[in-house]
Amino acid sequence: MSGRRSRVSRWQIYVPLALYLLFTLVPFYWMLVFAFRPAGSTAVFPWPVTFEHFATVWNGMGFAVFFRNSLMVGVASLITTTVVALAGGYALARYAFRGKGAFMVGMLCTQFIPGALMIIPLFEIFRTLGLTNSLWSLVVAETVFQLPLSLILISGFIRNIPYELEQAAWVDGCSRLRGFLAIVLPLLRPALVAVGSFAFIHSWNNFLFALMFINDQEKFTVPVGLAYNLGENSVDFGALAAGGVVAALPVVVVFAFIQRYLVQGMSAGAVKG
Amino acid sequence: MAVVSARPPGSRPRRRGRWTPYALIAPSVIAMLGFLVYPMGSVIYYSLQHYNVTKPWDNGFAGLENFARLLFDDPIFWQSLGFSLKWVVVQVVLQFLLGLALALIVNESFVGRAISRALVFSPWAVSGVLTTAIWVLLYNPFTGISRYLADLGLMDYGAAPLANPGTVFWAAVVAELWRGVPFFAILLLADLQSVSKDLYEAAAVDGAGRTRRFFHITLPHLRDAIILSTLLRSVWEFNNVDLLYTLTGGGPAHQTTTLPLYVAALAAQSHDFGYATALTTVAFLILTFFSIAYLRLSKFGVKA
Repeated sequence: MSGRRSRVSRWQIYVPLALYLLFTLVPFYWMLVFAFRPAGSTAVFPWPVTFEHFATVWNGMGFAVFFRNSLMVGVASLITTTVVALAGGYALARYAFRGKGAFMVGMLCTQFIPGALMIIPLFEIFRTLGLTNSLWSLVVAETVFQLPLSLILISGFIRNIPYELEQAAWVDGCSRLRGFLAIVLPLLRPALVAVGSFAFIHSWNNFLFALMFINDQEKFTVPVGLAYNLGENSVDFGALAAGGVVAALPVVVVFAFIQRYLVQGMSAGAVKG
Repeated sequence: MAVVSARPPGSRPRRRGRWTPYALIAPSVIAMLGFLVYPMGSVIYYSLQHYNVTKPWDNGFAGLENFARLLFDDPIFWQSLGFSLKWVVVQVVLQFLLGLALALIVNESFVGRAISRALVFSPWAVSGVLTTAIWVLLYNPFTGISRYLADLGLMDYGAAPLANPGTVFWAAVVAELWRGVPFFAILLLADLQSVSKDLYEAAAVDGAGRTRRFFHITLPHLRDAIILSTLLRSVWEFNNVDLLYTLTGGGPAHQTTTLPLYVAALAAQSHDFGYATALTTVAFLILTFFSIAYLRLSKFGVKA
């Protein structure tokens, strides 16, 4: 190990890394500067700190409502995606059944169906179901598009848990369901955190479905509200940045929480199929 | 698949066990059939119709008229298809190269690695609209970096990369790279961590340098991950509308309109669903053939 490290000198790591960090962080920093400095200021530091822009977007522009809507859709999508994917993933990992191959292929193929191009037929379906202008349309659409990858990821994780553990529980008198709840579920925690967070982040970030399926401003989500700020003729840059910070906050919190699992999660399931 | 040697007590194995997997996949199957397969079928159906909710008197069977119009009568279709292609190739190639470099860097051991990883991966979680909000601030001639550089005398005032037809493409490319590179970095890092250390050490003992080890051990190991991630990303970038919709609106003069963006605009503004679904069908066919060809030609899953 030490022989290998000596061959990569420090600056070969730190110089490109520093450059890339600059590219990553300056845009975030720029948003923070505009969000926290007073209107009309040209300082490159957010000083003196003001919360006037947050008051504007939160109360005046309706971000309090958008935030609540996005949160509800995000949490509902997280729950439905995780539960449905868990059931399907378990079936794939633990049973041999007729049609399993077709099911797998079908799941993979849906990855290529473009969400943006499904707007029109989905709109028609939601109209038939009476779900247009309802936040449930977003939960359904979000779950459907998140499901294939989540299911494949979870089944990969379950396959990594030795089947013998479950079988031992059966020998001890557990039912299959109890064995699953007592043995598999606790071991799946990292997978569930990863899949649930993906679902939440995707839902939180989704713009097009919310733009197309929701008309009522009371039901807008955060990205739609943000896009409206962008569309104003005379953009209030302080408010735009503050809206951006509001949009970023939950995702940043979730990301900070899961980023340790992110790489593990990917190596366990996604790429290996 | 492990051979089931034990069964839950009390369950009559053959009878009950046989239906369990179907019950478990039923919600997924219903969701897929109802909200992906059926809509895809209805897209194909509508593409053969004249269907415009604002002009109900014109609605009816159209045969292949929508497709003829798109092939022979619609310069914006060809322009948006061409731009989609350019956008996907530029994005995927640059995102992949930068993502691979980044993954190799943060795979080394150095002080501050954990925090560096968290920071460079963070734009992965940022939405297209938020990316636009941030980069609009950065690109705006009054609020952007360029104004401050001009204050320092490093460049001229008034640079507006998004309004200038000569720079708008690269301005959009850089903004999308900012949030796109972490996807590759995360996936490739995940795969890099499963390369056996013994292989590297054996190669080092045999006198292979860093470059040779990279090309003979690392790259072959990453091969399937690279094929899959570039394919998924190509499809994703082709379909992705959030950033361009909000950043450039497809303009100036349809210059940055991708095919899905054109479809979304058609559906939202002109309500010409029949024609829009014909475009959708074509886009879907292109993606399907591209994906199959890509997996075949790259020999995905075939051991080298």
